[in-house]
Amino acid sequence: MRGARFGDRLLHLYTWLVIVWLSSPIAVMILFGFNDKRSKSNTTWQGFTLRWYGELFDIPDLTVALRNTLVIALVSTVITVVIGTMLGLALGRHRFRGKGVTNFLVFAAISTPELVMGASLLSLFVSGNVPRDANTIIVSHVLFSLSFVVVTVRARVVTLDPSLEEAARDLGATAWGTFRQVTLPAIMPGVLAGAMLSFALSVDDYVVTSFVNGSTVTFPLWIVGAVKTGIPAQVNVMGTLIFGIGVLIAIANAVATRRRT
Amino acid sequence: MRRLTPYLLALPSWMWLAIFLVVPMAAMASVSLQTGNAIDGFAMTFSFSNYADAIGAYSPQLLRSLLYGGLATVAMLVIGYPVAYWIAFKAGHRKSVYLFLLLLPFFVSFVLRTISWNFLLSDNGILFGTLKDWGLLPADFHVLATTFAVVGGLTYNFLPFMILPIYVALERVDPRVVEAAQDLYATRAAAFRRVVLPLSLPGVFAGVLMTFVPATADPINAAILGGTSNTMIGNIIQTEYLTNLDYPTASALSFTLMAVLLVGIFVYARALGTENVLEAAAR
Repeated sequence: MRGARFGDRLLHLYTWLVIVWLSSPIAVMILFGFNDKRSKSNTTWQGFTLRWYGELFDIPDLTVALRNTLVIALVSTVITVVIGTMLGLALGRHRFRGKGVTNFLVFAAISTPELVMGASLLSLFVSGNVPRDANTIIVSHVLFSLSFVVVTVRARVVTLDPSLEEAARDLGATAWGTFRQVTLPAIMPGVLAGAMLSFALSVDDYVVTSFVNGSTVTFPLWIVGAVKTGIPAQVNVMGTLIFGIGVLIAIANAVATRRRT
Repeated sequence: MRRLTPYLLALPSWMWLAIFLVVPMAAMASVSLQTGNAIDGFAMTFSFSNYADAIGAYSPQLLRSLLYGGLATVAMLVIGYPVAYWIAFKAGHRKSVYLFLLLLPFFVSFVLRTISWNFLLSDNGILFGTLKDWGLLPADFHVLATTFAVVGGLTYNFLPFMILPIYVALERVDPRVVEAAQDLYATRAAAFRRVVLPLSLPGVFAGVLMTFVPATADPINAAILGGTSNTMIGNIIQTEYLTNLDYPTASALSFTLMAVLLVGIFVYARALGTENVLEAAAR
């Protein structure tokens, strides 16, 4: 950065200010997970403690909500990755009737506001007398994650050289064998990226879930419900742990990608 | 068999999108024209007046949502463009580090981030409470439950979605094109205005689309930061659906919101001279 102009330095500083602004609520969340508070509200700093890490699962409803969130995210991610990878392969590799309509639907699913998606799903479930529970949440989460998996897998498929698969077939591999030993390893980074995105979207979702949850409560729903009475410090701790695990996975993924190339 | 392959691969997703995206829209269209109540049930009466009634009752919230969404989008553009510019042209080999730092908030749930702001900005919290104790702020100073808090929260929550597409567009600009402009005696400002800015417009377009629509329809920021006087249309739709069980009004409002957003997108696309909205958005 030798000879950097004054304006560039100013922009550099400005970029850091924006980063600090974006990170400040996270820092506060982490810090107040260590707050030795005595009253119900967690608003002033009263000393350092690790108590909330020890009492992490002492609020039964919150623990159930967290478990629901993780189970729903896991199941919906598995479904989304399987059917989304299939569609990504079809769109990236094949010509077929209805491809234009399919592309439009994939785009529509990404761009529909969450609120409208949740409202329309509830209209369907109400019209069909479908009881709302964890299953309707899973169905909805697959719907809003699907397009993201399709897009990331398709992006990977179009960079794939078709002659590799042809070579495998010429050497006597079955269609399934070719897919498992040639195609799937080659598109794996796209599939994994789609899976992580889909898991993260599911864990994070409040709006759509709030329409289709029935009496099942997830982590984000529980927190919003607790805003009026005061957020317990355990929520900060759970948020901190989710944040830490997510960042670790992202860094490990970046390192692995760099090593591969 | 080989000719059937793409259809078999697409079939599960087609069914999912048809049953849970297309059919629900039809169901919502149908519900929006029905009358009745949650106890006796609803019946189709083709009452288009549901729309007039819903819009008549909630036009302030609808207009407020568009205003807040628009203000937040402009704020994101103004705040985010210089960041995207600096990272694309000046961050060198550290580009991915800066992008990662910008994405850090996404590792904390949206709801929790917003609550964290509620906590930071609370009237007697760690920020304002301290400043009030020092006598630097009047005792009745507050930010929560104001327009500023809601628009600020929306700006905060969606900012990375504005920065990323602009960054992608700027990153594609060949630095030699800028050098060529300067060799031809363009000033730095002129080179930016006539070369870099036009080349980054597809990114700006995508960024605005990715932020304006979710910001306008977002119910969380208004609920957590807005108090009682900043209700947005998202809160109304949630309440009508989930608390009042007035499905026809809620459905009519949802459709109105979507129609308004779609019209907005097309007008905006026309104004920017983009031929194909879908194509630009997909980029």
